[in-house]
Amino acid sequence: MPQQTKRLAIVFLLLGATLIVARHYLVPKTFGALGHYRAASIDENAARPLQYAGHEECATCHPDKVEMHDKARHKTVACEVCHGAAAAHIENPTEHKPPAPRDRGYCPLCHGYDPARPTGFPQIDPVSHNPVKPCIGCHNPHAPEAPRTPQECSACHGEIARTKGFSKHGAVACTECHQVEEKHKVTPLLSTPTKPQNRDFCGRCHSQESKAPPEIVRVDFSTHNPRYVCWQCHYSHYPEAQ
Amino acid sequence: MDGLTQQLTSVLQQVTGYIYPNEVELQWSILIVVYPYITGLVAGAFILASLERVFKVKEVEPTYRLALLTALAFLLIAPLPLQLHLGHPERAYEILITPNVHSAMAMFGFVYAWYLTVVLLLEIWFDYRKDLVLWARKEKGLRKWIHLALTLGSTDISEKAVEFDRKAVRFITLLGIPSAFLLHGYVGFLFGSIKANPWWSSVLIPVVFLFSAIVSGIGMVLILYLLTGIVRRSVEMTCLDKLASFLFYALIVDFSLEVLDFIHRLYEAEESIKILGQMIASRLFISLVILQALLGTVIPLILLALISPAFGSRALMRFPEELRRITYLACAVLIQVGIFSTRWNVVIGGQLFSKSLRGLTVYKLELLGSEGLFTSIILLIVPFLLLYVFIKILPPWKESAATLVPETAAGE
Amino acid sequence: MSAEVNFHDVFPSREHNGAGPPDADVSPDRREFLKQCLMASPLLLGIVCVTEGEASEENGNGYKAQDHFYGMGIDVKKCIGCGRCADACKTENNVPREPFYFRTWVERYVITIDRETVVSSPNGGINGFQSAGSEKGIMRTFFVPKLCNHCANPPCVQVCPVGATFVSPDGVVLVDKDYCIGCRYCIQACPYGARFLNPLTKTAEKCTFCYHRVTKGKVPACVEVCPTGARIFGDVKARSSPLARFQRFNEVQVLKPHLNTEPKVYYANLDGEVR
Repeated sequence: MPQQTKRLAIVFLLLGATLIVARHYLVPKTFGALGHYRAASIDENAARPLQYAGHEECATCHPDKVEMHDKARHKTVACEVCHGAAAAHIENPTEHKPPAPRDRGYCPLCHGYDPARPTGFPQIDPVSHNPVKPCIGCHNPHAPEAPRTPQECSACHGEIARTKGFSKHGAVACTECHQVEEKHKVTPLLSTPTKPQNRDFCGRCHSQESKAPPEIVRVDFSTHNPRYVCWQCHYSHYPEAQ
Repeated sequence: MDGLTQQLTSVLQQVTGYIYPNEVELQWSILIVVYPYITGLVAGAFILASLERVFKVKEVEPTYRLALLTALAFLLIAPLPLQLHLGHPERAYEILITPNVHSAMAMFGFVYAWYLTVVLLLEIWFDYRKDLVLWARKEKGLRKWIHLALTLGSTDISEKAVEFDRKAVRFITLLGIPSAFLLHGYVGFLFGSIKANPWWSSVLIPVVFLFSAIVSGIGMVLILYLLTGIVRRSVEMTCLDKLASFLFYALIVDFSLEVLDFIHRLYEAEESIKILGQMIASRLFISLVILQALLGTVIPLILLALISPAFGSRALMRFPEELRRITYLACAVLIQVGIFSTRWNVVIGGQLFSKSLRGLTVYKLELLGSEGLFTSIILLIVPFLLLYVFIKILPPWKESAATLVPETAAGE
Repeated sequence: MSAEVNFHDVFPSREHNGAGPPDADVSPDRREFLKQCLMASPLLLGIVCVTEGEASEENGNGYKAQDHFYGMGIDVKKCIGCGRCADACKTENNVPREPFYFRTWVERYVITIDRETVVSSPNGGINGFQSAGSEKGIMRTFFVPKLCNHCANPPCVQVCPVGATFVSPDGVVLVDKDYCIGCRYCIQACPYGARFLNPLTKTAEKCTFCYHRVTKGKVPACVEVCPTGARIFGDVKARSSPLARFQRFNEVQVLKPHLNTEPKVYYANLDGEVR
């Protein structure tokens, strides 16, 4: 074997041996046990401290509040949403007292009007809804049902009301087209309002024969898209064609 | 963290459209632009060197050793931008001991080690070995010991041994060409395989990277040969002309690939095209349209086509030697700017648009700090300092090569 | 080793009159030598040391990872964009409060009458959203919670050079912050923008499905605090679980299905404009 190859072989063997020995000492013990990672990391990830206790823990010491809460509208709202992370409180109840938001700033995070919130979700305008008064002055957070049944549909259907307010139907009351039972305001999903079923309904105001005020736009119902019901094109809460 | 928070807050204010909240911080900075630029130079310089050995292009022989030393100087610096960028550089060894074989980045450690030892160092060693032995015999002092140490004790310079050296160099060069392709191609694959990023995810990226590497490497060796030649007052015009024509060929291929990528994107007009178009028109206009395309590719292409002997032994336009040299230098420098911009446009560009395809952010380049402009400039200058040291220890010039004087050989 | 068992005791020789079975030709010396070679080989030892290690089947609390395969359901229609989830997540997991680091966040989409889509997520939705503009210009608008999808075919795990991120046996993609080198490749590879680099630990970080909670039988913090039940956590493969019901009664989609990452966060009522 040429001299060069002999010399080089020594160098490379030394390098290789160093790598193998280094590997033996440097690769963590649990690496590769479950996959190409340090298996011990699973337990390390699982060993983090908890900040939120979970709403099931609160009933142990606060059964009456929890009972009231679980029957009311906020039953899907966990205690820690408003009272903050409470694992520390469970560890040491007197040292760490969970805060309770008493100002007007917190409730609008959920209940302040935003058109993206689903229809029917109770929303208010934080500026105009009983200004200055704290929310908890009228609404018990553990049973937040409004002190008075809302008079206006807009209390829960703000986006529809505002959209309609911009439109030609702005002056049309919701009840003009929708029949609503009083109990819809209390148990909304158990009694849903009616909706118009046919073209004749809209025709009451918009057909040529209608007795409605003259400023309401008229359309010849026999020729105007007779195969469709009106709301297949016109959004009833903003019916303008343009 | 306050500095970072301040920086990110000002970035947040300059966001247009919508980006995911976690995208405000650009993950890969200018250091990750410098790294592929440097390995590109390494691959390119080596491919140029292999032109002489494997394809026997005699005219570029004067640049052979210079190209190898250039490659080595840049290769030694290449890991530095990566180390500076890591969140935990002290854990970098993990890439070598527990590499994830599915990850292109994990291959860096091994490809780099392979290329450095088996290809570059070995080739330099075999090529210089005879000279090292002869120099060591004639010198005195520190220089003698350095050269002797570099021989690794292998001092046999008989006909057989020298012939073995020659064969070894040929073999390693042959091995080295695909290795150089791998060294820089894997960087292209690193980007090209990220399906999450439509600017990067492309079959063409590894190929484009490789050819732009070749272009930048040849360009850099041209610059170095010309500048060192001017200092030493010996520039072989035939060598320079040949380098320029190879630069032209490589540039043609590189340009074609980039145009192909561009046309392909426009034609397919996938969902990402809108935001990418906006990005090119706003954030990347100067670096892509002006620096990469116009100054870095089109102008050198036209100049080289006209004045270099690329289409045969005579150029289309005859420039006197002095003017040709300066034009070559200008082209090669413009090409460096262009290729660096290419890396910038790929790395930074890929992070300037949101993966939601709905918004653009900005890259705030710091001046100071480990990921700042000054650090990058230093990283780009140090290889030249290293190269100076190498040239002093292992002179690559034809005149410096030791010759076997018969009496001396017999006497040892 | 079988060399200890005496062949003759088991099969008394017939033809060779006690001379031993015909194929017991490997002398004990050679066998011994081979055994010693094997044991002495440092290479083999190195490999053995690396690959050995007991896979813990049960942790201290009797939690068995193999019994679970976690996923999440999100009902877009129920989300009210209150941001309590993003806030609770930061509290539970000690995430820096600056608006650049989120394990989960809420986006609001506003699709106008002119068919333009405007998306926003100010501070991840934690402090609420700005006015959406006039209602008469809105066609559709809704909130979409986002988080790590804990993909079954995760591109982030594929690209990690050192094995610092991985899929746990119960289907949760986790990060080993003591092994991560902070190269940020996984952050680039995630199509959903779910990952970020923690500026304090300088390692990659993301939603862990609150692994420290679910292994104790609790739900992730974001699920705990969601006031409308828009987030449903559970076992993907369980026959009976809230997630199973969710998957039965909803047309579910995942984000960016064309990338084949096989996300395990399923969206019901997901609008086509959502990216």
